[in-house]
Amino acid sequence: MDINEIIKPENLVYDKSAVLNDDVMHYCPGCTHGVVHKIMAELIEEMGLQEKTVGIAPVGCAVFAYNYIDIDWQEAAHGRAPAVATGVARLHPDNFVFTYQGDGDLASIGTAEIMHACNRGENILVIFINNGIYGMTGGQMAPTTLEGMVTSTTPNGRNVDLNGYPMKITNLIAQLPGTSYVTRQAAHTANAARKLKRSLKKAIQNVLDKKGTSFVEVVSTCNSGWKMTPVAANNWMTENMLPYYPLGDMKDSEKGEHSEN
Amino acid sequence: MAKVKGAVVVDKEGCKGCSLCVEACPHDVLALHKEVNSKGYHYSFMENPDECIGCANCGVVCPDTCITIYRVKVS
Ligand SMILES: Cc1ncc(C[n+]2csc(CCOP(=O)(O)OP(=O)(O)O)c2C)c(N)n1
Ligand code: SF4
Ligand code: SF4
Ligand code: SF4
Ligand SMILES: [Mg+2]
Repeated sequence: MDINEIIKPENLVYDKSAVLNDDVMHYCPGCTHGVVHKIMAELIEEMGLQEKTVGIAPVGCAVFAYNYIDIDWQEAAHGRAPAVATGVARLHPDNFVFTYQGDGDLASIGTAEIMHACNRGENILVIFINNGIYGMTGGQMAPTTLEGMVTSTTPNGRNVDLNGYPMKITNLIAQLPGTSYVTRQAAHTANAARKLKRSLKKAIQNVLDKKGTSFVEVVSTCNSGWKMTPVAANNWMTENMLPYYPLGDMKDSEKGEHSEN
Repeated sequence: MAKVKGAVVVDKEGCKGCSLCVEACPHDVLALHKEVNSKGYHYSFMENPDECIGCANCGVVCPDTCITIYRVKVS
């Protein structure tokens, strides 16, 4: 069959979301941030939320998220996205508000903000990109860096006696009664990305239904910081990150209920 | 028996040559071209177009959303 017979508008099955604009993303080739941005744009379009969504951009590689997803945005100081989101969501309860944060932003400098926003059960979605490193600033150790993992500040590998243990902050968040849906997903394969999309859809719906905080971790890669090709980084993530940060729902309940785990 | 045939269009200039789509394709349709685009990236293209089933796996994993996918049923 001639491919020109196939490439016709009536046969279209997958196309760029209209909520993603045409700016070329500044991310490194193969960076997970692009996949997660794309999924959020698709959901905002499919759920008809473009006019009522407010994103809170972090400090980290995703600082320019506002250049790509065509919605309203507010940039926050490092780690403070949950505090800014609290203000926006409380003043504009009819809007859908989400934060988008890296592991340095959320689990290091912003630990207090995320804990208290989730504990208060602010009606927001938190997207947590865990790539185990500070990508933007040159690949320094993050709280999430695995034991033995080489970074620019742990050239001999993370030593837990010196640097502490890799923090499973999502498990801590799941303990907080303010959260209703807490899950850990990934985006390294088409199946994982499709599952992530279903989780994010559910999380967005929870916010629209005023169920409190929904928290979606995405175990991610930073191939530049890890000093690997994008494909090797996905393989390394599967072999090393996923056993320590296993995928799946940690909590799916009503606000006010305590988690089982 | 109805079969499906697919085809993809890669935005050659938007492609960053990360190869994630090449890995994600279950039918080894895609490869990186030996030529580069204006930014110097080896861009993705259909090396084996006859094998494409339009499953969209390549499009879903592309961080730069460079792939548009089409599919038809053939009998
Ligand atoms: C108050 C403050 N402290 C430190 C920095 C430097 N800084 C910028 S981004 C960053 C860490 C980013 O890591 P992460 O949140 O994991 O994002 P990634 O780039 O990995 O996606 C740091 C420490 C800053 N911009 N502001
Ligand atoms: S440095 Fe890492 S997180 Fe930042 S854009 Fe590059 S790959 Fe992505
Ligand atoms: S649509 Fe499916 S079969 Fe076709 S190139 Fe993409 S991944 Fe391969
Ligand atoms: S996934 Fe996208 S950017 Fe990467 S090689 Fe394929 S088309 Fe190019
Ligand atoms: Mg990071």
